[in-house]
Amino acid sequence: MIFGYQLNPAIQMYGWSAIYQTLGQVIFAALIAFIVGLPIGLLAYVVSPTGLRPNRIAHAILSVIVSLGRAIPFIALLVLLLPVTRWVVGTTLGWYAEILPLALGAIPFYARLVENALFAVKPGKVEAALMVGASKSRVAFDVLVRESLPALVAAATVTVTTLTGYSMITGTIGGEGLGALLYNYGYSRYMLDVMIFVVIAAVIIVESFQVIGDAIVRLLDHTH
Amino acid sequence: MITLTNLRKVYHSSDGEVTALDGITLTVPDGVIHGIVGPSGAGKSTLIRCLTALEPPDEGSIVIDDQELVGLRPDDLRRQRRRIGMVFQDVNLLDARTALANVAYPLRVAGKSRREADERARQLLDLVGLGDRAKAYPAHLSGGQRQRVGIARALAGEPSVLLCDEPSSALDWETTRHILELIRQVRDRLGLTVLIITHEMSVVRQVCDSVTLLSHGRIVQSGRVADVIADHGSRLARSLIPLPETPIGVERAQLELSSSTRGASIDTVMRLLLAEGDDVHVQAGTIETIDGERIGRFQVSVIADRRDAVIARLRQGGVYVEVVDETEESDVPWDAADEQEDVR
Ligand SMILES: Nc1ncnc2c1ncn2[C@@H]1O[C@H](COP(=O)(O)OP(=O)(O)O)[C@@H](O)[C@H]1O
Repeated sequence: MIFGYQLNPAIQMYGWSAIYQTLGQVIFAALIAFIVGLPIGLLAYVVSPTGLRPNRIAHAILSVIVSLGRAIPFIALLVLLLPVTRWVVGTTLGWYAEILPLALGAIPFYARLVENALFAVKPGKVEAALMVGASKSRVAFDVLVRESLPALVAAATVTVTTLTGYSMITGTIGGEGLGALLYNYGYSRYMLDVMIFVVIAAVIIVESFQVIGDAIVRLLDHTH
Repeated sequence: MITLTNLRKVYHSSDGEVTALDGITLTVPDGVIHGIVGPSGAGKSTLIRCLTALEPPDEGSIVIDDQELVGLRPDDLRRQRRRIGMVFQDVNLLDARTALANVAYPLRVAGKSRREADERARQLLDLVGLGDRAKAYPAHLSGGQRQRVGIARALAGEPSVLLCDEPSSALDWETTRHILELIRQVRDRLGLTVLIITHEMSVVRQVCDSVTLLSHGRIVQSGRVADVIADHGSRLARSLIPLPETPIGVERAQLELSSSTRGASIDTVMRLLLAEGDDVHVQAGTIETIDGERIGRFQVSVIADRRDAVIARLRQGGVYVEVVDETEESDVPWDAADEQEDVR
């Protein structure tokens, strides 16, 4: 109780669980996005005209997937995926139901960031590794991934913070988490304190991801 | 030994064909440091890319130590590449790995255990004079140190051939001398055959035993450096021993030097001046015998940027150095000489 203000019962009852649910959605979706997006981005770079194994057709296909995936508005993805979600997860309600659309939205996003990060690796490093007899697959991991690791982590940080924003939207179509709390109480019942609570919680979550990500980048980056 | 026979490479681009290599035939015997020089666009990089088999030639053959490189299957090619050490202009170290790990990398690729690879890498870092920087990341090394690591890495696979693509172009002039000296030492110790691509004649003068001049993808002139120089009037002879000229826009400072009975002898002064190469031109000199002691005095000009470094080196060698202020009439030497006589 601060200055005679009684904490809104909605916050008392759902506050913590909403935070956990949002964190759960974001973290699981991000993990899927990293696991699937990294190989896609790597592959897109490898088959690009300046890559290790240029392949025009494969590059065209991957480009389309990555661009199209990012062009679809997230809210459309969310609605379009309702039947798929029901089929995979068994329900469209509950916080975990939103992981699939979030992950699908984030995969092309992260893949494109990965591709960009790999483009920043100096081609001379690849050449030098090839010259000491390394195979192309070895070069892909030892040079491309390893040398761009700080950039890949920075890209992951961007992805996870962006996902936090998107996870709010899922609350509008019956999900759970901070977004749902905001929509059901802050918006529908016009509870200003719930809105403020959600905004502060979201800011703290995003900032925490950012601080952790930056710290990891600093640990990995040996270029200065 | 490197043997190139009738090497041809044509690039097809949107604006037509470019013949980058137009029938190159060249033999570099074992243990020789051979320079490839030529203007930009002459085909030097293309030649080295063909030698590393990163780019296949259209025609001709490349034989290194009795092994034909052209037309090898990828697996065999990778094995052969380990027999060739490559030193790059911008070194291309892996920034995420320490100096030691960079040198050990080729050995790890070749299937050596971590312990074995690290031990050998440590020896190689010692060989290039960086034993104490093994744990440093490339970002914390100077340009010259990075290139030393690059050379150590190139030597890791115990190659018989060392290819150097403009190994010193990114380095300042002092560091260049040390890197070239290191390449020569490595050749002497390990008996490598070395090919150096460069656009700088000073590199050829300093380390090469033989040299090839390339232009428009063809060999214009080739031979031992001594023979090429003796061929007066040839393009290489003229560019290897250029007449002193003061390039427009390059400021030069005037210096007066003298040998002394206690410091540098005349021979020492001459040797130090020669070591400075193109940056210092001797404009006048005289040698007098005074009281049975031979004293040499020289008037030289030096590129303004290098002045302080040159003066420091000369003084360290015991040479008496005086900077002549060009705004004053240069009657200073005679005054100084008079004073010396007065003292005596
Ligand atoms: N990848 C390429 N595609 C098309 N033309 C090229 C390519 N690489 C080099 N060339 C051309 O081949 C010629 C020789 O180039 P290069 O070997 O780089 O010369 P240098 O190294 O002596 O400067 C030049 O005319 C250059 O424009």
